[in-house]
Amino acid sequence: MQKLYAKLNKLFPLGELTCQRENLAFVTVSREHLRSVLLHLRDLEGFRHLVLLTAVDWIEEGAFQLTYLLSDRTEGRDIGLRVMLSREDAAMETIHDIWPTAATYQRELREMFGIDFPDSPGVNEEFVLEGWVDIPPNRRDFDTKKFAEENFGQRPGRETRDPANHMKEQLYPDGA
Amino acid sequence: MSYHFQPDRSQYPQKKADGTLDIDLASGKYLKLWQGPQHPGITGNMSVELTVCGDEVVEGKTHVGYLHRGFEKLMERRTFIQCFPIVCRVCVPEPDFNEYCYAAAVEELAGIESPERANWIRTLILEMGRINSYLMYLGGQAGSFGMGVIGQWTTYARDLMLDRFEELTGARIYHMFILPGGVRDGLPEGFEKRMEETLLEIESTLGDVYDVMFCNAVFKKRAVGVGFIDPELIDPYGVTGPNARAAGVASDVRKDQPYLVYPELDFEPVIGQDSDIYARADVRRRDTLVSIDLVRQMLAKMPRTGPLMAKIPNVLHWKIPRGETYIRGECSRGEYGYYLVTDGSGYPRRVNVRGPSYTHAVALLERLIVNLDIADVAGLMVSLHTYPPEIER
Repeated sequence: MQKLYAKLNKLFPLGELTCQRENLAFVTVSREHLRSVLLHLRDLEGFRHLVLLTAVDWIEEGAFQLTYLLSDRTEGRDIGLRVMLSREDAAMETIHDIWPTAATYQRELREMFGIDFPDSPGVNEEFVLEGWVDIPPNRRDFDTKKFAEENFGQRPGRETRDPANHMKEQLYPDGA
Repeated sequence: MSYHFQPDRSQYPQKKADGTLDIDLASGKYLKLWQGPQHPGITGNMSVELTVCGDEVVEGKTHVGYLHRGFEKLMERRTFIQCFPIVCRVCVPEPDFNEYCYAAAVEELAGIESPERANWIRTLILEMGRINSYLMYLGGQAGSFGMGVIGQWTTYARDLMLDRFEELTGARIYHMFILPGGVRDGLPEGFEKRMEETLLEIESTLGDVYDVMFCNAVFKKRAVGVGFIDPELIDPYGVTGPNARAAGVASDVRKDQPYLVYPELDFEPVIGQDSDIYARADVRRRDTLVSIDLVRQMLAKMPRTGPLMAKIPNVLHWKIPRGETYIRGECSRGEYGYYLVTDGSGYPRRVNVRGPSYTHAVALLERLIVNLDIADVAGLMVSLHTYPPEIER
């Protein structure tokens, strides 16, 4: 992985390499270089399999992290490319022309995180949700509990417990 | 022999200048037909919106969301151990991969190593689950072509394996057995003998299934040459597992990136050539036999003494340093993986489940469905072996 990183670093400006395992590493790529890095890895380095494309909400830092995980099935190694986007203007270039299946991931990210991928096929169509009007539900600032309490009633007579307190009471009944 | 799909079979619909299909529903030439969510030929809680011209499908669109339970979001508000009992619910017929991938990801980020004996039992559980999943598939595949009796036979055989799961884990469907750090228990007394009886019965059922389903002229006539996946689509469409192996691509995580105790087991991935519905069904039938052999190898080799759990921190105060990882396994449908991100707190920052159906049931299905007859749609869908909960998590 170090060798591959050294090679890539000569061609593109990259962040620091995080070697998670011998055959898995993560590296941060700038938004404008992502496409070139993806094409280079796919066409010249054997990373032809797009394993997943997903997002992580770092709300405290005001950023979304997009993770493009690619796999080289012949060599049995994986590389995760991280792209940091501002939460305010969350949009990214589509890659459905490189991997057609990316369109599905992008459609889901649009719905669940509100990250736009202009020109991705069907990106604005509903994927899992129907008639959703709230903020995208996988964002950290979406309060699932509040939403559930507002939209779904409690069954009468049902006792609810805070799981953490309940476990503490069960494990340490004398309050130790 | 190889079968090639003729893309110009249909004259309709013509394409507009921008490349989109020119479908004028008002012309009376086309009809919208919903297959699912309530339909015997649908694979679980999803539906396909078909546009048909006569008997031929000109466009298909996958719709999911009927079983969205928000697992990924739920896990962000649960401690690491609280996530353990809910991950298995992502996939009903083969839940153990969720448990294994989640546990392995947590262990890796927390710097814990599960004991060797636990790894053997984990592998045993995963192979038992694979046999179950394949048996369910064979029944569904036969049923989609009108052979209902095969499903009754395989359900009987699967039920015997569920008995083995019950005595090993205490549960038949959601086992909640592989937890971060190891497994909950060892093998019960006399398990090997009862498992051997079960395996013999399953082998006998598979022999009957071969005679009645795979040698059946009607099944061959309807499954051979239909639903062809071009090997060139494997990488662009993220095709994995038996769907890729039936196209002649030797893609098997158990061999490509061996995990647990697979390096100590003797097996070869099952490969097909024709890449049609029949080839995929045959790959899965033969793969079931490989799994049966693997279970026997494991029961003969696995250590009977030793710890089952590594030492893990107090689960109420378990914090994991900032990091990210991806753990994958080869489930009966292809590559199953968990992408876990931690931020140093007591909760996961992000859990992303990568199920093989995500690519198979949406982009790939929408491509393969074009120019198929309506009657073959169910057969194609089942042959991709998709489980919708993996798509919507």
